[in-house]
Amino acid sequence: MTYKAKFKVWRGDDKDGGLHDFTVEVNDGEVVLDVVHRLQATQAPDLAVRWNCKAGKCGSCSAEINGMPRLMCMTRMSVFTEDETVTITPLRTFPVIRDLVTDVSFNYEKARQVPVFEPPADLKPGDYRMSQVDVERSQEFRKCIECYLCQNVCHVVRDHEENKKSFSGPRFLMRIAELSMHPLDTRDRRKEAQEEHGLGFCNITKCCTEVCPEHIKITDNALIPMKERVADRKYDPLVWLGSKIARRK
Amino acid sequence: MDTYEYDVVVIGAGGAGLRAAIEARMQGKRVAIICKSLFGKAHTVMAEGGAAAAMGNVNPNDNWMVHFRDTMRGGKFLNNYRMAELHAKEAPDRVWELEQWGALFDRTKDGKISQRNFGGHEYPRLAHVGDRTGLELIRTLQQAVVGLQQQDAREHGEAEGRIKVFAEHTITRLLKEGDRIAGAFGYRREDGGFVLFKAPAVVLATGGVGKSYKVTSNSWEYTGDGHALALLAGATLINMECIQFHPTGMVWPPSVKGILVTESVRGDGGVLRNSEGKRFMFDYVPDVFRPQYAETEEEADRWYTDPDNNRRPPELLPRDEVARSINSEVKAGRGTPHGGVYLDIASRRSKEFILKRLPSMYHQFKELADVDITAEPMEIGPTCHYIMGGVEVDADTQASIVPGLFAAGEVAGGMHGSNRLGGNSLSDLLVFGRRAGLHAAQYVDELGGNRPAVAQADVAAAEAEVVAPLEQSAGENPYTLHAELQQTMNDLVGIIRREHEVQAAIEKLAELAPRREKLAASGGRVFNPGWHLSLDMRNMLLVSECVAKAALERKESRGGHTREDYPQMSAEWRKVNLVCSVGPDGHAQVKKQPLPQMRPDLLDLFERSELKKYMTEEELAEPAAPSDGPRAAADADTQKGTGADAS
Amino acid sequence: MSTGTLSPGRAKIDKPTLRTDRYWVSPLITFLVFTAFIAYATFRAFQNDHYYASPYISPFYSPCISDNCVPMPGAGEVHFIGSWWGWSPALLVLVVPLGFRMTCYYYRKAYYRSFWQSPPACAVAEPHRSYTGETRFPLIFQNSHRYFFVLATIFNVILTWDAILGFRNPAGQWGHMGVGTLVLLINAALLWLYTASCHSCRHIMGGRLKHFSKHPIRYRAWGFVSKLNGKHMQLAWVSLFGVALADLYVLLLSLNAFTDPRFF
Repeated sequence: MTYKAKFKVWRGDDKDGGLHDFTVEVNDGEVVLDVVHRLQATQAPDLAVRWNCKAGKCGSCSAEINGMPRLMCMTRMSVFTEDETVTITPLRTFPVIRDLVTDVSFNYEKARQVPVFEPPADLKPGDYRMSQVDVERSQEFRKCIECYLCQNVCHVVRDHEENKKSFSGPRFLMRIAELSMHPLDTRDRRKEAQEEHGLGFCNITKCCTEVCPEHIKITDNALIPMKERVADRKYDPLVWLGSKIARRK
Repeated sequence: MDTYEYDVVVIGAGGAGLRAAIEARMQGKRVAIICKSLFGKAHTVMAEGGAAAAMGNVNPNDNWMVHFRDTMRGGKFLNNYRMAELHAKEAPDRVWELEQWGALFDRTKDGKISQRNFGGHEYPRLAHVGDRTGLELIRTLQQAVVGLQQQDAREHGEAEGRIKVFAEHTITRLLKEGDRIAGAFGYRREDGGFVLFKAPAVVLATGGVGKSYKVTSNSWEYTGDGHALALLAGATLINMECIQFHPTGMVWPPSVKGILVTESVRGDGGVLRNSEGKRFMFDYVPDVFRPQYAETEEEADRWYTDPDNNRRPPELLPRDEVARSINSEVKAGRGTPHGGVYLDIASRRSKEFILKRLPSMYHQFKELADVDITAEPMEIGPTCHYIMGGVEVDADTQASIVPGLFAAGEVAGGMHGSNRLGGNSLSDLLVFGRRAGLHAAQYVDELGGNRPAVAQADVAAAEAEVVAPLEQSAGENPYTLHAELQQTMNDLVGIIRREHEVQAAIEKLAELAPRREKLAASGGRVFNPGWHLSLDMRNMLLVSECVAKAALERKESRGGHTREDYPQMSAEWRKVNLVCSVGPDGHAQVKKQPLPQMRPDLLDLFERSELKKYMTEEELAEPAAPSDGPRAAADADTQKGTGADAS
Repeated sequence: MSTGTLSPGRAKIDKPTLRTDRYWVSPLITFLVFTAFIAYATFRAFQNDHYYASPYISPFYSPCISDNCVPMPGAGEVHFIGSWWGWSPALLVLVVPLGFRMTCYYYRKAYYRSFWQSPPACAVAEPHRSYTGETRFPLIFQNSHRYFFVLATIFNVILTWDAILGFRNPAGQWGHMGVGTLVLLINAALLWLYTASCHSCRHIMGGRLKHFSKHPIRYRAWGFVSKLNGKHMQLAWVSLFGVALADLYVLLLSLNAFTDPRFF
């Protein structure tokens, strides 16, 4: 089954650009990325797009399709009607380089600001013992393919460029939660989560969870539990008192 | 043009590249990591099953000797025995050290790293995280790099001072002074600007060549860059005819044809059936494997719960056997509507089990094919997956014949012989990535102040080569050329090869080569995929020539090289490596070279009756070395091996 | 405006969103229903009448902690603050359920989206010039949710007691039951479920632990709460309707709109 589909693809660079109309063939079982590749091969050989695995595992082909942040390789054409115009734009939270490719270095800078795993100093490789139930929470977060759709959709930085300084975004707040729940991590990450990575900016409106192609429950399982952990440390006088007394014993 | 100076330049940011870079940096070297796509997107993320390491966590009978035996058997004894030995011995340490960097593998009841069964491995051996082990590995190494950068920031005030990632950069030429590596030249994808790295040591870790094939599990980056860079720098490739076709790739819908379905589906109970519903793998167990594999469905099914007293299901034969069997079934008219066979786990395991063990497979089929694998069988068929051949390297140091040039991971050859076992790839990356980084650092130390210099003329030539497609006004569309190459390789040098077809492929490649020189890329230098593809075509064509010529030369069937006209394995051919290099005409040429002979203490790990299936009478007639038994000799060697390398 | 998606360097697209679906429907419904509830609750809280129809007490007025309630034999007559309070007694106690729901992680999402439009929906630009989230006064007090959780649990005990008091007849004799009893029981059950599914509860039960394996009982409790927590949104809605309907039922009985059908 083949039909001609109407597409609008944003083309341009960091100075100017706009939506361009294309009519392109679509076959049964194809995804949006297939169509973009066909555009490249037949009509626009220099159409810039990132992609790698084409199986939803690498998180490279992030874009906005009909306004929603999605992976192009995981958006099947069958979700659109044949007469529907499909609009593809680059991610709108990061500076554009060209066409559908954006500069995502914001994310790599934030990644570098999260202190890495700190195991107990005396634990030797091969001697690590952890229970499956203890690693499962962090394992969920390690499914992350770093497509940055959550970073892109989060209104804290999407709608407020100035917050990029003080807010690390769902991906890296989740990374902090991952380490905080790692059974062998020795660092107290609660204060820095709030003060350096801007967990307080999150108003748990859950768009990160809505767009996550890995279906990670970012808000419920990472951000909210992390907010609760921060509350233990910073905003709960009773827990604070309890921990002081416990330590004295 | 931006010029950088480093001690070690690592090309490729997959598992092998990152592990090499980490090692070189820990040896005190300044390291650049060049990465064709974004940092953390490397093809390693696609590895699903796990990393094979004989830790013995699940079955204590496992040890490096069993792993070594399995690897040699899987590779049909064409392996570089020393690499297989080092790999089997060092893999556990490499897996354990990942935990120091935060990796979270699935656990056994007593809290150790859990290990799963996999094709060709005698015991449960694959450390894994569900079916996304490659992602875990890449993320862990990525975070280890970040950890080193944080340390550098604390100690030197500059995060990227001693280890820096150059994302979305492509290297197009290695530069030499005399024989020795002097640097690397390339371009930034982002703006098309040129980059020059001056460095005495280069580690290639660029992965494979799958994008020369139409149906492949490989991503766009797999264009044989490292293979081609090595060839053009005067290094050699071995065993390029040995390409693994993974038996289970998706066959439908067409857009995802080739995408991998992990072997864990079979390891966890999935079986293969033809359109008549028959579990056909029992008909395809070759003689060399008959003693280890079950003959009835009942015995095979008992194995999942009682592996000590039953033999393995034939679905878990090495990949080449399974891929060929599927191919035969489809040819015999017993295939599925879309030209594959059925892989069925739905009727054999509970929904909860499948969701827990194979979450990303469930996800992949649900979202890409709209198939619920907990309710219906998958349709699968063979897909080009991995090249066993690669840069000829020294087993211990991973050094190529070009001083200063090292290779690790898929781009290096020898380790896997004619066929790689599942799970041996991730451990290969770690073991030999580390070794490449270590020895590259040592090489730099030995050079002292005597570093080779980059010649300006070479840089100018490299620049001219790169801008050529942009300057051609009326040349050919690179996408067309690429499609023709993929079709040629798929049809003529695919899973089953015939002399006249391979010959036809070589002729076709000779016709494509001059057309490549006239490719035209429209548009500018800023992130222009058409231009990038034009440049990658050089590499794919050159490497494809090696593959085709070696495939024509090797007149036997072995592992990832099946000749319909020479269907048997030949003990004479086992002694031969085919070495590919660039001849004076700029084209690939293939020469025979003897395979390194296995040490007697390692030979003693096998039954003579088994060796007879692979080796010639005269090889076996040679007296085995007197020793206190294989174990003592091998252990002594371990001591020596690790002692010399510990640093 | 040159912030947000219009910032220099980002892809030049003028529209605040390119979404083609009816993304505004869900926040609009939320807005309308919440507004209706608030209007009704405000009216009832200030009405200061028709909140007791023996043996049933409206959840809006329980417990009664000031002297100025109508006599409610047996039902939450804990007039410990005395007689100085002159306004509706509901205002004293509604602070707790109101605070619990206002600081609830689900309701926060709902009202930030539908009332404050921050953001109106995913990938739809919000209309505000600046944004500080929950980093400072007053929204930093959202962190007090755990305290409201504890208070709400106490209230659940009281409302459960109120439902048990419903097993009396209007004359105060035990061993009877009417539709009103059922209404109060369902209301109490829904409130328990909503409270137990709360994110703070999940944290207190076990979420704050680093090693589940060392606390098997708390791990099971956490697992149970986690399951409920997956339905927190649904429970937030039905329990809200539950409270409003329970109050409405008492109001209608008190107005003699009909008589409570008795089972026995």
